[in-house]
Amino acid sequence: MDAILLQILNGLDKGGAYALIALGLTIIFGTLGVVNFAHGALFMLGAFCAVAVKAVLNIQMVTIDPTKMTPWGAPMEIRQPYVEVWFGDFGTTLLDFSVPVSILLAIPIMLIIGIAMERGLIRYFYKRPHAEQILVTFGLAIVLQEIVKSYFGANPIPQPAPDMANGMIDFGILVGFDAGNVVYPAWRFIYFLFSTAVIAAVFAFLQFTTFGMVVRAGMADRETVGLLGIDIDRRFTIVFGMAAVVAGLAGTMYTPILSPDYHMGMDFLVLSFVVVVVGGMGSLGGAVSAGFLLGILQSFASMNEVKAILPGIDQIIIYLIAVVVLLVRPRGLMGRRGVMEQ
Amino acid sequence: MFANSISKKDLLLLAVFTAAVLAGPIILKPIGAGYPDLLQKFAIYGIFALGFNILFGLTGYLSFGHAAFLGVGSYTAVWTFKLLSMNPVPAIIFATLMGGLFSALIGFISLRRSGIYFSILTLAFAQMCYNLAYSVLTPITNGETGLQLAQSDPRALDVAFGRDYGAVLPSSDLFGIEMTGYPGFYFCAVMLILCFFISMRIYRSPFGMMLRAVKSNQNRLNFTGIHTRPYALTAFVISGMYAGLAGGLLAVTDPLAGAERMQWTASGEVVLMTILGGAGTLLGPVIGAGAIKYFENIFSAFNEGILNNIFDFLPDALQHIAVSVSSMFVGEGWHLTLGALFMVIVIFLPGGLMEGVSRINNLIRRQPPDGGPGGAPHAAPAE
Repeated sequence: MDAILLQILNGLDKGGAYALIALGLTIIFGTLGVVNFAHGALFMLGAFCAVAVKAVLNIQMVTIDPTKMTPWGAPMEIRQPYVEVWFGDFGTTLLDFSVPVSILLAIPIMLIIGIAMERGLIRYFYKRPHAEQILVTFGLAIVLQEIVKSYFGANPIPQPAPDMANGMIDFGILVGFDAGNVVYPAWRFIYFLFSTAVIAAVFAFLQFTTFGMVVRAGMADRETVGLLGIDIDRRFTIVFGMAAVVAGLAGTMYTPILSPDYHMGMDFLVLSFVVVVVGGMGSLGGAVSAGFLLGILQSFASMNEVKAILPGIDQIIIYLIAVVVLLVRPRGLMGRRGVMEQ
Repeated sequence: MFANSISKKDLLLLAVFTAAVLAGPIILKPIGAGYPDLLQKFAIYGIFALGFNILFGLTGYLSFGHAAFLGVGSYTAVWTFKLLSMNPVPAIIFATLMGGLFSALIGFISLRRSGIYFSILTLAFAQMCYNLAYSVLTPITNGETGLQLAQSDPRALDVAFGRDYGAVLPSSDLFGIEMTGYPGFYFCAVMLILCFFISMRIYRSPFGMMLRAVKSNQNRLNFTGIHTRPYALTAFVISGMYAGLAGGLLAVTDPLAGAERMQWTASGEVVLMTILGGAGTLLGPVIGAGAIKYFENIFSAFNEGILNNIFDFLPDALQHIAVSVSSMFVGEGWHLTLGALFMVIVIFLPGGLMEGVSRINNLIRRQPPDGGPGGAPHAAPAE
């Protein structure tokens, strides 16, 4: 029982990342009708926002202390990050919390990148065949990746979680098991909470605001909304920016779990596409629930007991599920009729 | 026996193509591509792109997983070397068959959906193959190191025919001709010509017509009572076999197979080759493959020193900027150029180079004789 609980918890953080990326993909697809192969790159860019913030915060002031000597006889250099020099303790906290702090940077940056992408490239592809949309975003993904690679190098750059979130949470005690059986890294639980919060925010935005209502109307029938005198294109641009922010935030917060490197986006993108297919193209709820479902199933498949029976199942479980779902329910779990069935 | 069913134009095209491929070492010498290693790559990736084009160009199904078949072909070929014989013929036969088998499996499932679903499914399957090759299948694929030949391999057929390679690591040879250098290229070239011929026959056949019908309007075909999936699946399997053959040839010229051949970037590359040359045209994919591999070769060789020489004529400050900007695109950064090229082609020239050629042709032809005195070449009428 406790093992099952642990595996469910283990799947939640990855599932959260899948759900966030898949949600963005579905929103873009539902509004603009474009399949965005560069969405994984947006996830990656978000992660590198955290890298950049940490690098900036860590710019160090070098002072030479003539009273101390290194073992080689040269005066000792003392290096201290500027934020600590300027802000003292607050600076230290800032450094410690560099990942959550980078969210503040990631939101505007991802919004700008998203809007620039839509205005500069994607909008010219609305009327072109899906194959060309896929290809151009695929090319864009390569370009973004390579630019990041040329600045940050090809190696993963580890990002520490804040000290207070580095510990473990013992869930076993909470539900009445023995202590020490269900321990779970705190940051991963925070990530799960964060992703649910973002998902809830996106749903609330679409459900309870006028803007969201117009967007939903546009998803259902773009033409009619346009005839009513609403500039739907502009709203959709903002929606694209929003989807970029969601993917970016997913990436930023994921950095302590997985050290970001330039191709992390594509790895997640492929899985997120599978998530979208399983959930049903065009269904927001489907994308989210399939994201968590597949994340949890994947973590069950990586249990040693399961791997002993079916070696390698952890690598392919998601694809196998996609195959089964497509064979049994070709529209996905919650797919709507008429979406992507031209 | 085929000659009477081939039109004169096709026969001419085939003859010119054959001549051009066989004379490749001479023709490509002036642009610095006249050496066998590169020519082999042209031929092999030409085959790969030709096969991809049968699927994408004719039926419009955009597969993002063809690298998987290339990888499968490579692994099969190396295993044939290890188990049976160093002769490339059985290796490429088995590679082609394995490519076909895998594509039949993957195609059977992926082709249940069309459009974007299909692309995603093939991409997912390719990633699955890649993951498996790296992890669980390590006994077969040798994981990260890649599958290599060893002296102690059984090589049953070679032993049966009494061939002994002694204490050296054997390389593949066709009845005594080593498959490196020019013999290797000509082996690939013959395969390329054969593949070109087959794909030409497919293009002109009723089957090819049916595939084109699938692309232009699948619904209408369904309404007429034609079941399209078998046709699409056949095209998928054929293109998978082409990819398997290409993978096998890669192993023939260099008996080593690694999982990185199956990565999604490799799948993307063949899409780019096809698009760059012109999807749906006969010659386009081969030209696209050649162009990509050629530029890859050139760009990857660049380094800062060469760039400094190139931009030497600029003032120092400008030279520095020019070098640092362009060095992002060359050497290690070749993939950036590839991605940018990808976007430029899709945005401005979705029909590829072949469309570009025909556009220029049209411009020249449409020029009326009285359009302007002397008929300046830039005086094309603006529309």
